[in-house]
Amino acid sequence: MNRQADSPTGNRLDPWIDSYAARTRGLTASSVRALFAVASRPEVVSLAGGMPFVSALPVDAMADTVARVIRDRGAVALQYGSGQGDVTLREQILDVMKPVGISAHADDIVITAGSQLALDLVVRVFCDPGDVVLAEAPTYITALGVFSSYQCEVEHVAMDAEGLSPNALRESIAAIKAQGKRAKILYTIPSFHNPAGVTQSQERRTEILQIAQSEGILVLEDDPYGLLGFDGTVPQAIRAQDGEGVIYLGTFSKTIAAGLRVGWAVAPHGVREKLVLANETATLCPSNFAQLTISDYLQTQPWLEQVEVFRGLYRTRRDALLESLATMMPSGTRWTVPSGGFYSWVTLPGGLDAGAMLPRAVSALVAYVPGTGFFADGQGRESLRLSYCYPEPDRIREGVRRLAAVVKAESEIAATFGSPRAAVERDGLGAPTPDLA
Amino acid sequence: MTQVTPRRIVVLAGGLSPERDVSLRSGRRLADSLRQAQHQVDVLDVDAGLVTTLQRDRPDCVIPLLHGSAGEDGALRDVLEALHLPYVGSDPAACRRAFDKPIASSLVGRAGMAVPKSVALPHSTFRELGAAAVLDAVLDLVQLPVIVKPSRGGSSLGVSVVREGSALPAAMVAAFAYGDTAVIESFIVGTEVAVSVVDTDTGPLALPVVEIVPDGGVYDYLARYTAGATEFFVPARLSPVGLAACAEAAVSAHQTLGLRDWSRTDLIIDEAGTVWFLEVNVAPGMTETSTYPQAVTAAGLNLGLLAGNLVERALQRV
Repeated sequence: MNRQADSPTGNRLDPWIDSYAARTRGLTASSVRALFAVASRPEVVSLAGGMPFVSALPVDAMADTVARVIRDRGAVALQYGSGQGDVTLREQILDVMKPVGISAHADDIVITAGSQLALDLVVRVFCDPGDVVLAEAPTYITALGVFSSYQCEVEHVAMDAEGLSPNALRESIAAIKAQGKRAKILYTIPSFHNPAGVTQSQERRTEILQIAQSEGILVLEDDPYGLLGFDGTVPQAIRAQDGEGVIYLGTFSKTIAAGLRVGWAVAPHGVREKLVLANETATLCPSNFAQLTISDYLQTQPWLEQVEVFRGLYRTRRDALLESLATMMPSGTRWTVPSGGFYSWVTLPGGLDAGAMLPRAVSALVAYVPGTGFFADGQGRESLRLSYCYPEPDRIREGVRRLAAVVKAESEIAATFGSPRAAVERDGLGAPTPDLA
Repeated sequence: MTQVTPRRIVVLAGGLSPERDVSLRSGRRLADSLRQAQHQVDVLDVDAGLVTTLQRDRPDCVIPLLHGSAGEDGALRDVLEALHLPYVGSDPAACRRAFDKPIASSLVGRAGMAVPKSVALPHSTFRELGAAAVLDAVLDLVQLPVIVKPSRGGSSLGVSVVREGSALPAAMVAAFAYGDTAVIESFIVGTEVAVSVVDTDTGPLALPVVEIVPDGGVYDYLARYTAGATEFFVPARLSPVGLAACAEAAVSAHQTLGLRDWSRTDLIIDEAGTVWFLEVNVAPGMTETSTYPQAVTAAGLNLGLLAGNLVERALQRV
């Protein structure tokens, strides 16, 4: 007999393994995420991460701004501040939101460490374990992480070329009610969607809002790209139509600098009070230094002209991506045509699995985010997100060239074996870290 | 107490393989251990500037800790030899023998060790002869359940356990995502163990056998690199005879393949006590959840001192 008669205790290399909260169940190592470690190498054309092209910022002006903040207001900038955020910046944010049609009061705004934290706080304030969040299909990958961390159920609602489908929304709500469950929040990215690249028409926004209002569902509107429409048109926010039923999330990450980590929520009074308290619990206060930097920048720099610079360079990159996709990708590949923002959603031909294909892509020195990362329920295997915001246009073209070769090779392999459906592998959160281009 | 001569050491980690992340963590942990043992250590990635850096700064010794083909197929060590730099680990030819799973299994099997029945085929064979016919023929020989894996690679990337024939095509596609040749191998039921080996003045020494019990039943990437997802028993819960058989198998693999300095052999010992060779690794993982550091600790040794000794052995080879 080979086994020992007595059975010693093993070692799990983690003394806290039996202590973690149930909500951490999905926080595991991920082979997909490990592949993104390769994407950081310069040899790899990464069309994966959504890093804004901050090199286009006027560095000297930024340096002057930071120096001025420290020199003239250092005692404030380097100190704790208000849990709701700097009042001057909140007033400036009212001007920032004018193009999207939002009329509000500075007291309606809560400034947070990035709109990611605002998203987290809203879900924290509203959702109990088991509550249902309605989200687009697909949806923002890190929003899924927030929903999971608060043990929400996610119900995906179909989109089409005009964004979230009102009919699909009605059907989803009815199905949830039939199960005896309650949909608390509708999370939507109506403008230049991440990852789908589509934009809700104004008519859709009105209809979606009416559905949510009639069902007593809070609309959580996430709008990081609203000012980055390529034809200069700025879609009007859903919040512009309803100040009580919509919480609007905004950010300076794409219009100024992601590294400063300044975002905000616009919420009705009762919600806002809770968000302030939750914000204080999370971080005590948003960074005064970062807020004053943003505030000074807005005051002293032609920030809207800079946004126009960003629009131009992202439009050029978008064009490079779309031209390359059209000329290089195998027949049967489909993709969305974004009119702003950072992303296009690509669907592979022949039922190929984008996740299974990723190792081949990384070996071929191109990276993307597989579509399954943007769903809570395993959908999206045949799709992937391409991000065009960071690489130069020539690199984008080269990336698509490599990707096209990968798709072709994968198609040959799949054809050899009859295009089998891959088994769903155990995997953790399959997203690149924020700092990957 | 052994006197340590501080050396200037470069640990190579990272590279462009799918195991880059694992390699970086291995490299950093080993570097920390070596620094605690009084050595001066730099961790360098393998990129276009590496050769220039090594030629300019000429460390006393290099420790290649890249996982995957970049560091384990011998090519990098060929470059180190061309630069006349001492390095820890197996020479290029031994790496080539060890890294290719079918070659390693064949050599080890010829030396008398039990190896699972397997077939290694490139994608082109399936394409030219027809996948269905070839898979049917292979399953006649190898029999379900099987393991499908890339012929070269690590960290269980691209590896699938297949219990039904209908799942085999998808497993093949998954394996071919990591390389051009896939291995279909009999699935051996038994206790999975990893045996770490280190060369000493009196020959290769097997460190305590580590038994691996993953929660999900399969030692996949998640199980390997998520702390808590796998239970380890060091020494393995085997009889003294079983432990000795595993140790002997790992040393035999190390010697048969001509490996040097350190290696880790993955084995399964079945109910009958037969030790089956799965694969061997010439650049063992050194992460927080890797088995080599666990075996070193269980042996009462210090990883920094162990690696430092291997550095001295490398210097003596110059």
